[in-house]
Amino acid sequence: MSAFERLPEIDNGLLRFLTCGSVDDGKSTLIGRLLFDSKAILADTLSAITRTSQRRGMEAVDLSLLTDGLQAEREQGITIDVAYRYFTSGKRKYIVADAPGHEQYTRNMVTAASTASLAIILIDARRGVLTQTRRHSYIAHLLGIPHIVVAVNKMDLVSHSQERFEEIKSDYLGFTGQLGIANPRFIPISALNGDMIVERGADLGWYAGQTLFEMLESTPSEHGESDQKLRFPVQYVCRPQSEEHHDFRGYMGRLESGEIAVGDAVMIVPAGHRTRVKDIQIMGRSQPRAIAEQSVTLLLEDDIDISRGDMIVKPEEAPLISREIEATVCWLGDSPLDPRRKYLLRHTTRETQARVAGISHRLDLNTLERYAAEQLHCNDIARVKFRLAQSVCVDAYAENRATGAFIIIDEANNNTVGAGMIL
Amino acid sequence: MKAAVSQHTLSHLDWLEAEAIHILREVAGQCANPVLLFSGGKDSICLLRLAEKAFRPGKFPFPLMHIDTGHNYAEVIAARDRIAHAIGERLIVRSVEDSMARGTVVLKSANESRNKHQSVTLLEAIAEFEFDACIGGARRDEEKARAKERIFSFRDEFGQWDPKNQRPELWDLYNARSMKGENIRVFPISNWTELDVWQYIEREQLDLPAIYFAHTRPVVRRKDLHGESIVPVTKLTPARANETVEEISVRYRTVGDITCTAPVESTADSVAMIIAETALCCVTERGATRLDDQASEAAMEQRKKAGYF
Repeated sequence: MSAFERLPEIDNGLLRFLTCGSVDDGKSTLIGRLLFDSKAILADTLSAITRTSQRRGMEAVDLSLLTDGLQAEREQGITIDVAYRYFTSGKRKYIVADAPGHEQYTRNMVTAASTASLAIILIDARRGVLTQTRRHSYIAHLLGIPHIVVAVNKMDLVSHSQERFEEIKSDYLGFTGQLGIANPRFIPISALNGDMIVERGADLGWYAGQTLFEMLESTPSEHGESDQKLRFPVQYVCRPQSEEHHDFRGYMGRLESGEIAVGDAVMIVPAGHRTRVKDIQIMGRSQPRAIAEQSVTLLLEDDIDISRGDMIVKPEEAPLISREIEATVCWLGDSPLDPRRKYLLRHTTRETQARVAGISHRLDLNTLERYAAEQLHCNDIARVKFRLAQSVCVDAYAENRATGAFIIIDEANNNTVGAGMIL
Repeated sequence: MKAAVSQHTLSHLDWLEAEAIHILREVAGQCANPVLLFSGGKDSICLLRLAEKAFRPGKFPFPLMHIDTGHNYAEVIAARDRIAHAIGERLIVRSVEDSMARGTVVLKSANESRNKHQSVTLLEAIAEFEFDACIGGARRDEEKARAKERIFSFRDEFGQWDPKNQRPELWDLYNARSMKGENIRVFPISNWTELDVWQYIEREQLDLPAIYFAHTRPVVRRKDLHGESIVPVTKLTPARANETVEEISVRYRTVGDITCTAPVESTADSVAMIIAETALCCVTERGATRLDDQASEAAMEQRKKAGYF
């Protein structure tokens, strides 16, 4: 290349977000629009969807085809599973989780929401706040997504009416108050025409706020937990026992939250032993400190028996150590939760047997009413108590996503059948 | 670097690296007998650096393995051996030609691409060594079937991927459990794009096969369904009777089997120049260079269902 230029440095990290809505709300068109307007679509992809659009007798290129995935889906005209898309603005990298909107919705949305920092909740301006809007908002809230953006789409079909937008906004705020969703942001858009996505467009002049893209660019990417306590689940213990590294014993893992520096006093839970950090290494190179989400190797002052499943924390910030937990559970398995059976529970890097001690209630996502339940079926959400074979070191999910979450595995087939958020 | 949104936020490349290291350590913590698939291509070269960051000063808790079609570029095989040697880890090579000799791979014709037959040899090697997990360098941005695949992807005893019946994968709580005969495919760089890979190669100063950089090569321009492809002229892929052979400056974006990997026209002879080209690029990585994926819209999905990576 003759005109060789350096790229601008990406310095705003990475933002994971999720779009909630059904095909009718224009979700696929919105994602297609974001990819298209941010120039993330490459020519061969565009020419493939152009051909498909023409074959299907459409006049304009159907941007929703960009999120079309598998052969089985194209045949049946449905979306099967969460798909991940990638684009960059030059300043920031984005991972979009696209959860499909059919009957398996809860399961897919819970999966997509578990790693997202921001949710875009789509509302069709003609139809307003629907049962599914409440359901999406509840799940986003349940999974602890810190930033909620309510995008009122298809403004072109309601004559770009500001009154209609304000009406929907006040309906939405009416029910989110009950849920405790803090400060949702609202934006009128037309995904089809591209208004207020990347460009402002000409028809929504009364809206003075940020475009959707500006919101994405300026949203902090770290999770909303106010908790910044050190949580370092040990994944793997490195003991090379080679000539050169005879006494080396490194504890490998990722800081799920908080910070750590050489010299810090630490405690190993659940056992409770105390020691200090001797060194922090990556690939044999020492560094003075490590921050949340970094994968490092810790060396400690004293020889203590530590293995995978233990957690390194600061002594004054210990998590709750318990063999009984209560959690909001989303059941994901095809066969129902059977309270008579034993399951395997995986929490951070620790795995233990678990029994159901009781189902307090099941929640109807449409009405948000509580009902008694003996069993849980796929897509059910309920409050469940568990008794565990071993202690786990937990925080409330609302305070710390990583140490408040667990999955349930059915040992009969090794499937992941449930997701839990500790209360 | 300019001021970030928060001083406690990692750069995107640091975040991707930390995620990949976490995934590799989960494999080591959960699986009894994993293997890392190493082809000498850029994605698996990144995997090796990530494994060094995950496990040094210890040895890797898995060997490396290459499934060789026998139709790889000599430069790539040389790089494979050079890099595996430099890193000091054990490299297993299993060959599609051995499967052909055993009769488990039967080609429709002598010229048929051996690329899809790698699956047979891979499954035979998994059975031979009783591997319960295979770590690979596939990325979700490469292809739409991959966009839907889990980071820990379950395969039954036939190596099949069932897109309708995947295990839910939440937070960073991965489920690598499998029964004897089944296995898990693990993709630590699922969330990386082609550009991320090149930026990582630049940052880490990774050694690559020479054919990733611009060089002069005899090629023909061949019209197909999607316009025009540049096809390298090799013993395996000779020019057709009516075609004109040109010597032009090209580089490879992917380096698979010779019969199905094509170069792109380029004069980028450094990683920095490749990054600049990639950022401005207007054709997808596989679209430009993988002749096998263009066969049909669902080509990759069908191969994966049959045990492919």
